[in-house]
Amino acid sequence: MPPLINADGIHKSFGGMEVLRGTTLRVDEGEVAAVIGRSGSGKSTLLRILNGLETCDAGFLSVDGERISGLERDLRRLRLKVGMVFQQFNLFPHLTAGENVMLAPRAVKRLSRPEAKSLAGEMLAGVGLADRFDAFPDQLSGGQQQRVAIARALAMRPRVLLCDEITSALDPELVGEVLEVVRKLAAAGMTLVLVTHEMRFAREVCDRLVFMHNGVVGEEGKPAELFSRPQTPELAAFIGQAGQGSAGR
Amino acid sequence: MPYQFSFEPIYDNWGILAEGVLTTLGLTLAGGALGLGLGVLGAVVRFRRTPVQYQIVTAYVEMVRNTPFLIQLYFIFFGLPSLGLRLAGWQASILAMALNLGAYSTEIIRAGLESLPRGLFEAAAALSLTPRQTLRLVLLKPALKNVWPSLCSQVIIVMLGSSVCSQLAVVELTSAASLLQARTFRAFELYLFATAVYLLLAVLIRFLLRRVGRRFIARGRP
Repeated sequence: MPPLINADGIHKSFGGMEVLRGTTLRVDEGEVAAVIGRSGSGKSTLLRILNGLETCDAGFLSVDGERISGLERDLRRLRLKVGMVFQQFNLFPHLTAGENVMLAPRAVKRLSRPEAKSLAGEMLAGVGLADRFDAFPDQLSGGQQQRVAIARALAMRPRVLLCDEITSALDPELVGEVLEVVRKLAAAGMTLVLVTHEMRFAREVCDRLVFMHNGVVGEEGKPAELFSRPQTPELAAFIGQAGQGSAGR
Repeated sequence: MPYQFSFEPIYDNWGILAEGVLTTLGLTLAGGALGLGLGVLGAVVRFRRTPVQYQIVTAYVEMVRNTPFLIQLYFIFFGLPSLGLRLAGWQASILAMALNLGAYSTEIIRAGLESLPRGLFEAAAALSLTPRQTLRLVLLKPALKNVWPSLCSQVIIVMLGSSVCSQLAVVELTSAASLLQARTFRAFELYLFATAVYLLLAVLIRFLLRRVGRRFIARGRP
């Protein structure tokens, strides 16, 4: 079976600074992949290219067997298949939690209001927020906002969900509830690509770990193997530091 | 002999003064609504930087912001008939007020759009919304909310500016007061009255616009 996401030889520069230098990433249907690495290693950029928020300078990208160009129309089709959740939640501040979830199904998929409403109810229930349907974003905690953002992305029924450091902006005590939702999604067979600093979580939940270094994939494989037997000194050093850094969590 | 105050001309002529107040309110309502609508359209064009449209809107904004309101009014009322567009005084007044408010509010609303966090655009894009849907459904209300106090002030400036429309023989509050002043020579009393009414109207309009803002733009939030 061909991979759901196939990114091959992706190059991307920002103003002369080459962030991705021929990165290759394949993600199979139902797989949970974590992309780890230092700040500036290109992991967020890679994720943003997978969703078309950035276009690559060179390389090949296909999702679900469909080749993606940089055209706006193509990008919108791509985004129907690839959902994304951000570090800063980015909920629409003038809409309630429920309306946030309803907006895209209504506007893009042309669902009727009752259909969208019942879909939103179902999605919010899935992240444990059925009772906060009418709450505005500023009435929700960071963890709740992020769960609404996940529900909002899932309401479009994407084939894969990208999570860009979705717990990095949260207070430590709110991280758990968001990771719990991700864990449930993984268990339900959702294809996930996570950029994360939560090493312990990555190790427990992910099928595959992708370590990025200097704009390329330095190493990848099963988390247990990578953690216990890193092949490169860069990964060994990264694991050592990350281990200390997240010891308190 | 000290000046004897007499407010009788006001009591005796309340009809024309009331008409003046209503006309001022009517001009403000029409000019305000049209002007804000124009401002939204202008801001969207400026924000999206659509070629040609962008240059046209920029020229319009700069032209209005760098010329006196009285000249704009004269141009519309006395100048346009040469091109075959003859407007009544009240029509010219509303048009001038709308164009004036439109230019200023274009810039205010554009600033509101540009102040929004980048993440809102990205979240909307990630949900497959088109740029047009993103503006209409996601960005416009938060942008208006951010700049609503400035927009309210601008509407009040235009309401006060409507006194200039007395020059076109539109009987609004200022010309009503001037008319009676010429008849009764009670300048102090009449202009004091006009001043008080303008002040009251400004406070009233600000209050109403705040409520409108809270109801439609920032609903459900403290």
